[in-house]
Amino acid sequence: MRLMKRIETEAIVIGGGATGAGTLRDLTLRGVRAVLIEKSDMASGTTGRNHGLLHSGARYAVNDLESARECIRENKILKKIARHCIEDTGGLFVTLPEDDPSYHGKLIEHCKYAGIRCEEISVQEALRIEPNLNPNILAALRVPDGTIDPFRLTSANVLDAQERGAIVLTHTGVSGVIREGDRATGVNCRDRRTGEEFEVFGGIIVNASGVWGQELCASAGIALRMFPSKGSMVIIDYRINNVVVNRCRVPSDGDIVVPGDTVSLIGTTSKKVDYDKIDEITVDQDEIATLLESGEKLIPNVSRTRVLRAYCGVRPLIAVSGEMDGREISRGIVLIDHEKRDSVGGFITIAGGKLMTYRLMAEMAADLACAKLNLKKRCRTRTTALPGSERKLDQAKSVKFFTGIPNSVVGSTLYRHGQRIRNILHRDKRNYGLICECEMVTEGEIEYALKKLNAKDIVDLRRRTRIGMGPCQGQLCAYRAAGLFVKYDSATSTESNKMLVDFLEERWKGIKPVLWGDALRSVEFCYWIYQGLFGLGDVKFPEEGEDR
Amino acid sequence: MIKLENISFDHCIKCTVCTIYCPVARATHHFPGPKQSGPDTERLRIKNPELLDDSLKYCTNCKRCEIACPSNVKIADIIQSSKWRYFKNVFRVRDFFLARTDLMGSVATRVSYLVNFFIKLFPVKFFLDRFMKIPSERRFPKYAQGTFLSWYNKHRKEQEAFAEKAVYFHGCYVNYNNHDLGKDVLTVLNAINVGVIVTDEKCCGVPLIANGYIDKARKNALFNIHSLEKSASAIGARIVSASSSCSFALKHEYPNLLEIDNSAILDDLDYITRFIHERFENGNVPAMKPVPVRAAYHSPCHLERMGGVMNTIEVLKKIPGLDLTILHSECCGIAGTYGFKKEYYKVAQKVGAELFKRIERVNPEIVITDCETCKWQIEMSTPYRVEHPVTVLARAIDGKKL
Repeated sequence: MRLMKRIETEAIVIGGGATGAGTLRDLTLRGVRAVLIEKSDMASGTTGRNHGLLHSGARYAVNDLESARECIRENKILKKIARHCIEDTGGLFVTLPEDDPSYHGKLIEHCKYAGIRCEEISVQEALRIEPNLNPNILAALRVPDGTIDPFRLTSANVLDAQERGAIVLTHTGVSGVIREGDRATGVNCRDRRTGEEFEVFGGIIVNASGVWGQELCASAGIALRMFPSKGSMVIIDYRINNVVVNRCRVPSDGDIVVPGDTVSLIGTTSKKVDYDKIDEITVDQDEIATLLESGEKLIPNVSRTRVLRAYCGVRPLIAVSGEMDGREISRGIVLIDHEKRDSVGGFITIAGGKLMTYRLMAEMAADLACAKLNLKKRCRTRTTALPGSERKLDQAKSVKFFTGIPNSVVGSTLYRHGQRIRNILHRDKRNYGLICECEMVTEGEIEYALKKLNAKDIVDLRRRTRIGMGPCQGQLCAYRAAGLFVKYDSATSTESNKMLVDFLEERWKGIKPVLWGDALRSVEFCYWIYQGLFGLGDVKFPEEGEDR
Repeated sequence: MIKLENISFDHCIKCTVCTIYCPVARATHHFPGPKQSGPDTERLRIKNPELLDDSLKYCTNCKRCEIACPSNVKIADIIQSSKWRYFKNVFRVRDFFLARTDLMGSVATRVSYLVNFFIKLFPVKFFLDRFMKIPSERRFPKYAQGTFLSWYNKHRKEQEAFAEKAVYFHGCYVNYNNHDLGKDVLTVLNAINVGVIVTDEKCCGVPLIANGYIDKARKNALFNIHSLEKSASAIGARIVSASSSCSFALKHEYPNLLEIDNSAILDDLDYITRFIHERFENGNVPAMKPVPVRAAYHSPCHLERMGGVMNTIEVLKKIPGLDLTILHSECCGIAGTYGFKKEYYKVAQKVGAELFKRIERVNPEIVITDCETCKWQIEMSTPYRVEHPVTVLARAIDGKKL
């Protein structure tokens, strides 16, 4: 009989979203040996499916003062420790003619309670800051909103933990929690790429798997009810706004336009979904119509732009007591000690919250985990910068250092990887040839992502580098990237062909709901390359790892 | 900075055809091609103007990318306007003078013998190369004595006597360097019973645009539109130009790049061979004597962009005895003032190399082309004389030796 592989560690973190990655890093910074298990890729679930708003808290100030306070506190911390994941754009709250004018004053007042700097500015000033804004607005407020890249943030947390000794297992599913009496002691795992099964044992298991936590709890014999709420967003092909534009009203559908790197996003809807549908949710036509209509009210240019894609995510709303739905449930942080609640030792759940509060959630989870492990170590994530954010960035200096490499390439790499740019670009290696021309991703950046950032396929690579996130959605770069997987010994040629197909199919899933105009023309051309030139639609691949 | 009015970059579907047709990208790796310098990086510049690349300066504005683009993206316009919108405006004496063909011309024509003599001297060439960054290899077009306009004014009366008239935008080259071409225009148009009216005009703006003097280009554009409209609409005349780049500027650069409304004259504008071809088609063909010459025809980029090459070829075909070989469409590389700059000289010559080779293979007696700067470039880089189609036509009409 073949002996099953076993990994022994101190802490097991399940879920590779921002919270899981943050918890892993927090524990590692405290000197705890930890293993992260993620069934797909880092930030592939809810973390990677939001609008990337670095909340100032103003959006919650009127309805949920506690969340607003958490947001502004974390906002200030993240601006220091995660500089390269953040753009300090600033944000506006604007009142449209059809909006209740009294909300404006209410917001100012509540921001004061929450400690959020909120400044009333003239309409003229607002239009100067954001020239594409609807000129018919009645009033404007300025708040310290910003934008945050969830992929980069998660990846930086994992990178730091890994460099400090943590083990990261992506594309690894947890098939069940191993219990010994009234304690959870480990998990059964399965590598979804190779099909290999193994066990991981540890003193504490942190369930940070978000909305999927209900299943995980069930496998440990714990009943925990999640109330998934779907949020949809559409992406505009380029940046139509400079700053975050919020509508000054009680949060509702389509009332925020967020600039994110080279694109802008309109968010978001809120729709209750059945728990058994969480892995197959799609964006509905009426949601897209609502988003575009509302977005146009804030920024009239929306009507003339090309919509790149639409996507949706599931909010992991949790009901600790009683049932509610949608926007009514608090988005507050829920930390559950299952020893107390369900008499199952060695198992804790961290859920609820927001991307914005991931660090705080990680701190709370790690505090409890350490207490369970009888360790007295203080949290250091408040002040320890993430890899890439150690020093303040100076673009001019970097551009000068990399003389000979185009500014757009240096600037984009710096923007994505911060101080780590020097591990990526090399003048003498000539590794700055472009693989993705829309988003300026170089061969060097891909090599770095393959070797250091756990990118296992092209979809993962997209989350690390923005490859395929530009207007053509991977029409040319996907093929080049597939070749690089082989070049850098990260895949066989059959595997890389399979990745290519998976990647393009994944891209199309998000484009299908918005197929009109230029997006449609673009996809037709892309499909011609895919099928007409390479005949990839007809290629048969060996069965997937699961069925080997 | 982010206010978005012109969003043609958004229609790009990344087919990359433009890059395949870009003569500069083919000649140097310093230019990543129109797609990348245009629509691709425009998205980045909107996000952060600091992401501007120096490589943009290699674009010659030949517009071949725009001809190739199946999505109607104004690629070259995006690149040109990015150049002057985002680059810091650094004053360069050389660029200032290269851009001001009006100023240079009006001074030089007064002392043209001296200018033509001195510009060929080694110490002058050395000075220009060393301190003005104008390559010593570059040959300058000769200046004429006096202006075409002053010659024309002596003949204005006869021209006004014609029943049908056309307003002729002669351009700086004819005015200051090549009066003969202007005279040939009169010969040809008169032969088809059209009188030539010349009105006040300023440089069309092409060299100004290329060197970033956009405000001045706009001023000139407004002046020209106003002046041409006044003379043309009063007598219901068409407006013709025998310079393909001037013509292109009046028609397309004014509205697309300078964002100036030229609708007052747009419908009346004709490149000269189009005007002539139309008359020929209507049976108004003058008597012509044979011109037994073996000629190679080179089509300039801007004429191609206007879709006017066919007119020139059709007109040339009407000339008896002319043995015409039409060259494969290639860029000559000079791109106006581009080829006069030391930093681009090698690229310009490399771009043109394929054309020069093709001309040599034909081994003609003369080369025919519509563009004055193409003429300078070909005459400098090959042993052949270059003539304008109208000149060839004029020789067929007046029977003088070509």
